[in-house]
Formats: sequence, structure tokens, C-alpha cells
Amino acid sequence: MASTKEDIIAGLGEIVNEIAGIPAEDVTEEKSFTDDLDVDSLSMVEVVVAAEERFEVKIPDDDVKKLKTVGDAVSYILDHQD
Amino acid sequence: MNATNRTVVVTGVGATTPLGGDIATTWQAMVSGTSGVRELTQDWAAGLPVRIAATAAVDPDDVLPRPVLRKLDRSAQFALLATREAWADAGFTAPAGEDGGLVDPARLGAVIASGIGGVTTLLDQYDNLLQKGPRRVSPHTVPMLMPNSPAANVSLEIGAQAGAHAPVSACASGAEAVGYATEMIRTGRADVVVAGGTEAAVHPLPIAAFSNMMAMSKNNDDPERASRPYDMARDGFVLGEGCGVVVLESAEHAARRGARVYCELLGQGLSADSHHIAQPEPTGRGVAAAVQNLLDTTDLKPAQVVHVNAHATSTPQGDVAEIKALRKVLGEEMDHVAVSATKSMTGHLLGGAGGVETAATVLAVYHRLAPPTINVEKLDPEVDADVVRGEARALPSGTIAALNNSFGFGGHNVVLAFRTV
Repeated sequence: MASTKEDIIAGLGEIVNEIAGIPAEDVTEEKSFTDDLDVDSLSMVEVVVAAEERFEVKIPDDDVKKLKTVGDAVSYILDHQD
Repeated sequence: MNATNRTVVVTGVGATTPLGGDIATTWQAMVSGTSGVRELTQDWAAGLPVRIAATAAVDPDDVLPRPVLRKLDRSAQFALLATREAWADAGFTAPAGEDGGLVDPARLGAVIASGIGGVTTLLDQYDNLLQKGPRRVSPHTVPMLMPNSPAANVSLEIGAQAGAHAPVSACASGAEAVGYATEMIRTGRADVVVAGGTEAAVHPLPIAAFSNMMAMSKNNDDPERASRPYDMARDGFVLGEGCGVVVLESAEHAARRGARVYCELLGQGLSADSHHIAQPEPTGRGVAAAVQNLLDTTDLKPAQVVHVNAHATSTPQGDVAEIKALRKVLGEEMDHVAVSATKSMTGHLLGGAGGVETAATVLAVYHRLAPPTINVEKLDPEVDADVVRGEARALPSGTIAALNNSFGFGGHNVVLAFRTV
């Protein structure tokens, strides 16, 4: 079953909290993974792999580079989930 | 002052060991003669020939935040904790460059060694690869398993820009790091260097491998009495984990900022056995050469040496060869040397041993107190030395010096010398 936008934001909040220690409620659409959420390029791969599992999407490496903000990731997942 | 022969002093100590999560707890347990060896009760240990180890008294999992834990191998986690303690102990309150100019980042180094690097990371990620597939291998795997990872992470933590190094020589690695750091300061490359050794190899594969070399004690029924250097019934070492670090500083730099000085670090003696990849040279030839090298390259007088923190891992051959070597070089001066084998309490921390035992030797000189060697019920008659047994022993007043010996598989011999200031 496809996730809603709210589900995805909440899910990414939990993932970023686990990986970077940022409180889940601070993970909002306008936030930059690198600049605001302490997710460096290596940790971003962890976020992506966790998101792939959770939301049943595939995010190729070339697309990972385009995901600058939480909003970018939310849109990508909404567009690509089954 | 001669920039190629500057005096080096110790201004900070830190550790996390099987005896305690910090140096104060570790030292207290050590002078009280406490064993840090425990039974391994994990499922993975059930089928192993060796089911005992000196595991860390305080697990990093309980004191470091999760985002830090998932990016650092356990060996680097230990190094981070010990470094934070030593750094604060030396009087620094922030990383270099953020501390009111107490130390210039360009004049600060980090030399942290480990014997086998991020071995548990490597093995755990291999399990991930096989069980969950390549996508699930952590992107942090390489920076976690590389053996320079503890040095690199300590450099990041304190802002060290003069150099970050990780000499590797098996169980001599930690001591070699301290020796390398001493040279960095002595020759003028740095004013302050954080140096030590760390190891985290309590995992079934290293245990099975060491056990198959017939190097480990199989005294599974009596963990606290398994590590027994110099005792007739010794049957191999007990694996330990943890880290010890010291803050080394040029005497001039320490004086300028009014730092508390524990002792002087006179230098190192080095040699290689070139005898066998894993067996000690039985006459102690290589070790004797290292001690002689130390005497030839420093102003240490054998008459000043009152204490040795011995390598003494509790193996039948190695313990005796080391004493023979000391006797050979020091002769009758060996009669006033109180020998302590602290591995009887900490187990053998491999690359971490030189770090923890450097910290212990520094405190022995500073407090003038030699820790006991526990579990020596029947002293091996071949051990022609004054082994401190039972209780800690007070060391003499006046100028005193102590040695810390570390030897590694491959025939690496490192002897460090410390003296009161």
C-alpha cells in the first residue's frame, strides 16, 4: 500500500533520528540533509537504504545526489513507490 | 633549545579498560589487584575452546550516542573515550584552535595505534553482505575498519593537524605509537601529541585463531585466575579490550601554560627479533637489544630504574625470555627493579596494551607505586626478578625511572622509559 506524504515525512524523521540523532520532529520538508540534519554523504547512503526498505522504492545512486532536502526525498518517494 | 632533542613530558592520561571506564577507576583497581577477566556468556562463545576475556568494564554502547557508535569501530570508540579523558586531564577544555590558544592545531599530533584494526566491523559487515546483500553493507565500513581510523578520529576530535599516524606492530603497536609521538615532539614536528593504543577484538574469529596458535589460556573454569604471568601454571594470554592514551608535550610548552607534569618520557628503545613470526626468541636477544638501544639513545642510568611494567602476557616462553633480557642488560641493577605484570589483571589488549601500560607506568612513577602481579601462586624459578606480588609496592624517593616493555608477533620490540621530574 502506498504511503502518504505525512507517512513519508514521519518515516524519514525516524530514519534520520536513528542515523544522525536529530529529533524526528525537526525533520521537515524544507530541511537540507547536509546543512541542517547532520547527514553527510556517507550517512545519506544509510538514509537512502533505510528509506528504500521502508517505502519499497529503489533510489539509484545517480538520483541520490538530487535529494538535497527532505522535501526532495518525499517527492521522489511519492513519485516512485508502487 | 635544540629543536632536534627537546625534552618530552607527560601531561595527561586517559583510559577505558577491563578494570574501569576511566583511568582513575582503572588505576585504583590495578593497585588493589583486581582481575578484569570474565566468562563470555554470549551464544557465539559456547562452542569456542576459549570462553573467557577481559571485556571493557564500561561498554561504549552505554556512553556514546547512537550516531557516533554507528560510524566508529569499537576500537575507535574506545580511543575517543580515552582521548577525551586525557585531553581534559591535561587541562584542555576544547579542541585545538578553539581553546583560547592553549595549543596551535598545526603543532598538535595524534598517534593512535591498534594491532588488527576494525576487525569486528569487517566481520560484521561480511555477515551483512552474505545475509542481507551488498546494498546493506554500511557505507561507513571502510573508514571504520581501516587501522588508522582511531588516529584519524582522534585527530578530528581534538583538531590535530601536525600529523595523524598509526604504526602497526601487532601487540607492540600501542607502545610504538607512544614512541613515535615522542619523536614528533623531540625533533620539533609538534608541541603536543595525543598518543596510545586501542583494540577491540573480542569476537569468535580472533579468539578461535589465537587459540589455534596455542597462545591463549584455556582456563575457562576460573576466569579471574587465568591470566597468571610468571606463575608455574601459566598457559597463555587472556584477550582484553580497551584503550589507553597519554598527552605528550614538550617540556617548554607544558611549562609555558603551567601544565601539571606527571613525568618525563625519555625515549624508546627499538629492535626486531628476526627469529620467528610468532615465537619469542628464547634467550631474549631481541628484547635485550631494544633495552640496550634505549640506554644508548637516552641519558637513562640503569641505577635509576626501579620499576618495569613488563610485557609478560602469561605465556610459558615469552615471560621468561623478557626477564632474561632485562637481566642481561641491567645486570645487578636488576636487583632493585620491581617488576609488575599488569596483564594479570587487564588481560592482553594487543595493540591497546602499550597504551594502557604506558598510562599505568606514568602513574606508577608519579605516585611512586608499583601495581601487583596477581595469580602468582608458585613463581617460575626461571624468573630471576623481583616480581611485585600480592600488594602494590611503594617505590623509592629521589629520582626514579621505569620501563614499559611491549613486544609483538613478528618480533617487534619496543621499550619506553619514564622518569620523575
